[in-house]
Amino acid sequence: MWRIIICIPRVTCFAGLFFTQLLFGLVSASEVNVAVASNFAATARALVQQYSQLSDDKIVLLVGSTGKHTVQIQYGLPVDIFLAADAARPKFLEDRDLTVPGWRQTYAVGRLALWSKDPLLVDAKGDVLRSSAFKRLAIANPKTAPYGVAASQVLFSLGLQPSLVYGESVAQAFQFANSGGAELALLALSQVKDLKQGSFWLVPSELHRPIEQQLVLLTDNQPARDFVNFLAGEQALLLIELHGYTRPAKIEIKSR
Amino acid sequence: MFSESDIAALLLTLKLAGISTMVLILFGTPLAWWLAKSTWRFKFLIEALVALPLVLPPTVLGFYLLVVFSPQSIIGQLFESLVGQPLAFSFTGLVIGSVIYSLPFVIQPLQNAFIAVGRRPVEVAATLRASPFDRFVSVVVPLAKPGFMSASVLGFAHTLGEFGVVLMIGGNIPGETQVASIAIYEHVESMQLTNAHGLSAALLLVSFSLLVLVYAANPKARVLRL
Repeated sequence: MWRIIICIPRVTCFAGLFFTQLLFGLVSASEVNVAVASNFAATARALVQQYSQLSDDKIVLLVGSTGKHTVQIQYGLPVDIFLAADAARPKFLEDRDLTVPGWRQTYAVGRLALWSKDPLLVDAKGDVLRSSAFKRLAIANPKTAPYGVAASQVLFSLGLQPSLVYGESVAQAFQFANSGGAELALLALSQVKDLKQGSFWLVPSELHRPIEQQLVLLTDNQPARDFVNFLAGEQALLLIELHGYTRPAKIEIKSR
Repeated sequence: MFSESDIAALLLTLKLAGISTMVLILFGTPLAWWLAKSTWRFKFLIEALVALPLVLPPTVLGFYLLVVFSPQSIIGQLFESLVGQPLAFSFTGLVIGSVIYSLPFVIQPLQNAFIAVGRRPVEVAATLRASPFDRFVSVVVPLAKPGFMSASVLGFAHTLGEFGVVLMIGGNIPGETQVASIAIYEHVESMQLTNAHGLSAALLLVSFSLLVLVYAANPKARVLRL
């Protein structure tokens, strides 16, 4: 009796799985779903644009916060590649055997910038941080955002305790500073680099631990491998640097 | 002002709201009718359950649905084995989420409308030998038309504005689960404010025109007065 009850769902389950895989194999043979961290979205769009000239594979970007993506991937988010905002979350997924082994790597290193909407407020050395010329500094929430962690490390290194407002992400921290709610914000360089307004100071990278943004491969298929290899290639790295990131310290070129 | 994906997001939102409203009217009508007529002692339990999405944070509902829809759960597995596609992060999943989320907005106006119709017209129809189904379709539905109107509009509009549930169970997949509200959020997050403005204005316009149409068509009926 028990055996029958247990067996029937299993059989249908296997049949269902087989059918799904057949279906997906046929339909999305050359479509690669990429979950990408919000801070990297603009750069990723530029990279996809460039990649479309090299390959017929279609790259679909799913933009969101890295924390949310990590949870959703555990609950079956259908993505092939995960471009995270930090190194911790890809490692977390790898530890749970949800990734393709050997395919976790840094694709970009983030830089911090101190930004103000006021074109004259931020000086070339960032001395304004030590002054009383501002009331509030906006940073991303260190609990949820890697750039928030780095920002609080900078304040610690400088021995400063200004009054802070926390955004959910660097994007929200930017909104705070852009709306005038905060005079200053510690943001990602990629956000403010090409802005026509305001003033910024590139925070020296010695003041915080490197913001390593890592990727992991979640399904093993050739189109997804191709895109990861493209991201590690010279052409992509130049574009990544152009958007305000630095390239990872060493790139392992594997024979793939 | 609108990118290709913005238009896709808008169309998807309208499709989701449309399908959810149809499903809600289809399944909500018998439920609302039962709630209006039943004298069951524990009816209040069902009424509380139906009203729950009004007070529950969408993230709570979204989180539970995320767990239930996942391929590891029994329901997720059952759906996948029957349909051949996973339920999590799919359009079907969004429809189910929206139906639950907008349930009170459809049930309550319908229930009120059915109570307002009262027993008498139905009893009169019964003495004229109308079948129960005929009584409902030819007597109750026309009399409860304003109720159906406000149920559809509220259900549709509430689904248009859905955000928290979709954020949890959608996965922001372009063309599949990326609805307009999520696309706006993404645009703001990645500082594409022109696109955010465009989509927001479009949603505002759609919502407002919808309400203007309904009020203009029913100057006397109490369509949207809660």
